[in-house]
Formats: sequence, C-alpha cells, structure tokens
Amino acid sequence: MFTYTLRRLAFAVPTLLIISFIIFVILDMAPNDPTASLPLTIPPEVRQQIRDALGLDQPMPIRYFKWCVQFFWNEPVNLIEQWTGWTIGDSESRLRVISWQTRSPVVDLIAERMPQTLWVVGMSYVVGILIAIPIGVISAYKQYSWFDQFGTLFSMAGFSVPTFFTGLLFIVIFSVNLQWFPSVYDTTHRVTDWDSFWFQVRQMIMPVMVLALFNASQISRFMRASMLDNLQQDYVRTARAKGLRERAVLLIHVLRNSMIPVVTVIALGVPQIFGGAIITEQIFRVNGLGQLLIVGIQSADIPLVQTLTFIFAVLIVLFNLVADVLYGILDPRIRYD
Amino acid sequence: MPDGAAPILDVNNLKTIFRTRDGEVHAVNSVSFDVGPGELLGVVGESGSGKSVTMMSLMGLLPSPPAEIVSGEILYQGSDVRKMSEAQLRDLRGGDVGFVFQDPMTSLNPVFTVGYQLVEPLQIHMGLSKKAARARAAELLDLVGIPDARKRLSDYPHQFSGGMRQRVMIAIALACDPKLLIADEPTTALDVTIQAQIIELVRDLRQQLGMAIVWITHDLGVVAGIADRVMVMYGGQIVEHAPVGELFANPQHPYTRALLETVPRVDGTRDARLRSIQGQPPSLAAHPASCPFAARCGHVFDRCLVENPERRDVGARHDVACFWDARTREPYNG
Ligand SMILES: Nc1ncnc2c1ncn2[C@@H]1O[C@H](COP(=O)(O)OP(=O)(O)OP(=O)(O)O)[C@@H](O)[C@H]1O
Ligand SMILES: [Mg+2]
Repeated sequence: MFTYTLRRLAFAVPTLLIISFIIFVILDMAPNDPTASLPLTIPPEVRQQIRDALGLDQPMPIRYFKWCVQFFWNEPVNLIEQWTGWTIGDSESRLRVISWQTRSPVVDLIAERMPQTLWVVGMSYVVGILIAIPIGVISAYKQYSWFDQFGTLFSMAGFSVPTFFTGLLFIVIFSVNLQWFPSVYDTTHRVTDWDSFWFQVRQMIMPVMVLALFNASQISRFMRASMLDNLQQDYVRTARAKGLRERAVLLIHVLRNSMIPVVTVIALGVPQIFGGAIITEQIFRVNGLGQLLIVGIQSADIPLVQTLTFIFAVLIVLFNLVADVLYGILDPRIRYD
Repeated sequence: MPDGAAPILDVNNLKTIFRTRDGEVHAVNSVSFDVGPGELLGVVGESGSGKSVTMMSLMGLLPSPPAEIVSGEILYQGSDVRKMSEAQLRDLRGGDVGFVFQDPMTSLNPVFTVGYQLVEPLQIHMGLSKKAARARAAELLDLVGIPDARKRLSDYPHQFSGGMRQRVMIAIALACDPKLLIADEPTTALDVTIQAQIIELVRDLRQQLGMAIVWITHDLGVVAGIADRVMVMYGGQIVEHAPVGELFANPQHPYTRALLETVPRVDGTRDARLRSIQGQPPSLAAHPASCPFAARCGHVFDRCLVENPERRDVGARHDVACFWDARTREPYNG
C-alpha cells in the first residue's frame, strides 16, 4: 500500500505539470487585457508599457517557464523560510507569483482567503455527510416507507435545484422576511466571546446549510443505494443467524460494507466542493477562494487565475489518490501491491 | 434417536407465503415434521421445493415483507418460537440453533476477519471476554480442521478457499454448542472431494458433540450416507418421510421413486442410466387443490387433480402423501 501510494504520487507529478501547461495555454488564448479596467484616459503607449512591465511581451513558453520557477520553486522556498525563520539564498531578489491587480503575492492572497472557504465549505461538507448517512441508512432499511419517499423527494429537490437558487431563497426567507440570519457574511468578524461566537454561528448557518443540503442530497442517494445492495447479501443473513441485534447487523455488518463506495465518493467530491462553493460564496459575500477566483477572472488577473485553477487541479488529483488509498484500507480484498 | 424421547424441534402445519407483486407464492404449505435430540434429519427435494424457506421460517430469518408465516406451530423444546419475543428468538439463533448456509463464498462478511466473526456469537451468547472468546475461536477453527488456527483468526474470508470457508461457517454455527444445527445445502457449492471432506467433518462433529442436525440437500446419495430419517419435499409440501433405510428400500411416492432413479449407482448395470425427472416444477402461485406432482406423475388419475393428498402412514414412522399405492400399484382406497 505504501509503495503504491508513493508510485501514484510520483505519477502525479508529470500529470500536474501537463495540467498546469494546459491551463496556461488556455488562459493565454483567452482575449484578456490586464489594462482594460484602467481609466480610458491612459494612452495606448502607456498601456503597452504596462503590459511589457508585466512580462506580457515575452513569448508564451518563457512566461510559462517563469511561472513554473516562481510557483514550484520560489514559493515553496519562501514558505519554508516563513515557517522556520531560516534564510535560504537571496530572499530579497527571489520573484514570487504576483497578482497583476493587487500587486501582492498570489500565495499570500490565497492564504488569506483559505480560512473562510475552509470554514464554510468544509463545514458544509461535514454537515452534509452527517445528514446524508443516517438518511441513506434509514431510507434503505425502510425502503418505500414514508421516510424513504420523503428522503427521495428531498434529495431530488436538493440535487436538481441549483445552489444559487436555494441561496437566494434562503436569503429571502430567513434574512429578509424572518430576519434570523444576516444575508452578508462578515469576514472581518473575530470571535472573542460568546456573543461574537454566536454571531459567527448565525452568519455561517445559511451558506453552510445551502451547500450542506446540496451535498447531502447527493451522498444520501449513494448511501441508500449502497445499503440496499448490501442488505441483499448473504452475510447479512449469517449475521442475523448468529443472533446479533438488528441494530448491530445494520450498523456494524451492513454499514461497514456500504461505506466503502460512499467514502470514495466523499473523497472524490472534496475538490468539486470548492468549485460549487464559488457560486455560494458569491451570493453570501463570503470572500473566500471562490470569490477570489471570480474577481481574478473579471480583472484578467492571469497569475491569480492560473495559480488558483492549478490548485484546484492539484486537489482533484490528490483526492483521487486519497479515494483509492481509502478504498484499499477499507476493503481488505483490495491489494494494490 | 431413542424412540419416544421428546423432540427438540416439532413443527406443525407450517405455512409460509411470499406476498409479491404477482400475487402470493405459497412456498411452504402445511409442513409438519420433528427432529429428535441428536438425530440427523435429511431433507431432499429439487430446487424451489421450499426446503430453505421452511428452515429459514423456523428461526425467523426470512425478510418480512415479502415473507409471512401465516399459520403453524414451531415448538423448540416445547415452547412456540412464533410466540417468542425478538430477544428470546435472538438467544436461540446462533445459541441453541446454529445455521450453515449454501454458499460459503458469500455467507461470510468480506470486511471482517474470520476471528471477529467467530468471536461475535461467543460474546453475545456465552458472555465471554474478548480474550476468552478468541481462545475459544481458535479452538473452534482447530475443531473444524483448519490448520494453524490461532494465526488464521486474523485472516479475512477471501484468504480462505471455498472448503475452508465452509469449515469456518461450521465453526461459527457450532460456536455456542448448539443443540440443533441446520445445514442448508452446505456442500452444494463445493467440488466433490471437498464435499466428501465436509460431510466427513460433520459426521465426526456430530459424534463428538451430539447435536441434532437438519441436513438439506439435492443429493439423495449424501442423505443415504449420513441421515437417520429423510423427508422428501415437493412443491412446498412433504410428500414422503421415512427412516433412511426404509426410504431407499421401499420408496412409495412416485416423486421419491423418480428421484431414486436419478441417483447414479456404483453397482448399477449399464442401462440404469441417470435419468432426470420429466416436466417442470410446479408453480407455487395458488394454494393447490390438487396434488402438486400431478402434472409430472406417471400414475396420475382423476382424484389427484381435484384433491391434495394428505400424508398417510404406510409403515413404522413412514408416511407418504399420495393417492397411489406403490405396493398394490393401484389407487389407494382409504
Ligand atoms: N424472497 C422471495 N420472494 C418470492 N418468492 C420466494 C422468495 N424466496 C423464495 N421464494 C420462492 O419460494 C420457493 C421455495 O424456495 P426455496 O429457496 O425454499 O427452495 P429450495 O428448496 O431451498 O431450493 P434450492 O434447492 O434451490 O435451494 C421458490 O419457488 C421461490 O420462488
Ligand atoms: Mg435452498
């Protein structure tokens, strides 16, 4: 298993390099002009100088190579310096990936936005899983009961209604009409005491629930299908014939087997969550990674978009590996070596 | 079995149906039988004759819905299983009554070690500590002839061969010293040499441990070797029941006779070839008002088509459900 993981990691390196190149090419082909949002009074020669200063006059392969050096070498070295306090080489002249729009290092921007996204998105995923698993288990165990029918309806609705719609619906109902929760997420809010903690909880509830319902509707279907599959299996009868309580049969024998495919689906879904969060973050004004990406696209901030998109790609490749490894851990019949 | 000893299991008029979308399936129809302490009862019949459903009904192992036991009495040591609480029933299952199922490849849980699956009933029924249960589990694996038992406890089912898995199943069934072992075609999924080993194993274990056994099989040859008594099932009913010697010497029901002709004989002459029984198994959709075997029977006459024969005695502990008299080769009047 360990060597398998190492081998997969080694394979991931060329894959990711190719992905980063493709992203770079596609972004380069897009009709973007970083000076487009500057005032119209700026003359064309000055605009050209600005573009040259950003390095846009150089050929594409050179620019790609520079980005690679900055992102794969300079940034990690910089991170190590920050964590350990060492100085490695000439840290002053080391070029970092700089956002064209804000003129600050992209990695710093991302590090600043990461906590918001992780809190809202991560929480919504956890809440979604916690809702989905019991619903899936009970729906399967009591197949065609009113609970199951309701669960089916719930997940069909949750799955087919987009999050920007549920998000707006939530805002209309809970912020505008009932005035329970704030409609805008305040990122500058700091938790210092119980009151501010309570405020934090209240402002998180809506974005978290919108995403959680979406996730739950998907995962609960997988859970239900997997449970139904396993409830038919002969080993369930064996477990009952041993005199186990129904609860033990269900929650130990059947659940353990049913979780195998569901856990992989959950792992594979983690990167998608960041994608789905882009819209929700936008609606609730959570200034997380998703919003950063939208702003970057709108202002043609190529280094920012390139880096963020690439990080999403890394997440996808990474969680694919995580899913495979988890599969091997959960199912003793799988041997990768 | 000493005659007259109180039976350990006594089943009267058991009826089990499945409520399906296409109507009711009468899988078990007024089945009555008993098993004495330490006795080995063989149950034979072709596929779909209701053998498994009968045995699953006994300990409430059928999924309900669609299955429903509509009537009958299941007396285990005198008390009615159908009136027992869920907790009492659980005490019987895996405690007093052990089960071995047909397919050892799928009957064990693939994600738990064999040790875990063996320890489970020991902890539930005998209240053993984890350590004591593991020690006993190793003993049990040893008992069923698995070499290197202690080490193999931490192996998963897929690390065992089919025959070895069936031994593990038998060890699980025997874990809590059952008084009754129900083995539902324990050898059907195995190849012939392994079959013989498993049969030998059960025969040995029975001598050592003295439990009663109900052994379900397609194979009359197997029954001949190990059973004390045999009941023959057809279309959800018991069509003939007799001590094993009597059944082979003196088969009464046309279906039993046909079955016996399908058993290849080692001493058989050349023309006594293996014959399969003509015709289709009966549909169990309707409660039969005729003999279920009528459509395939060589001795069918008008009464068979309008009335379902009751079991009648034809000898000591030998009964048959047929209107035709094998001795006189004429319809039976009575
Ligand atoms: N879940 C079910 N739903 C509907 N009908 C069923 C169900 N299970 C069994 N039956 C029916 O009950 C009848 C008896 O089945 P059973 O499994 O007892 O046969 P069997 O004698 O054990 O056969 P085999 O030798 O193949 O194991 C069959 O005709 C089958 O169609
Ligand atoms: Mg069967």
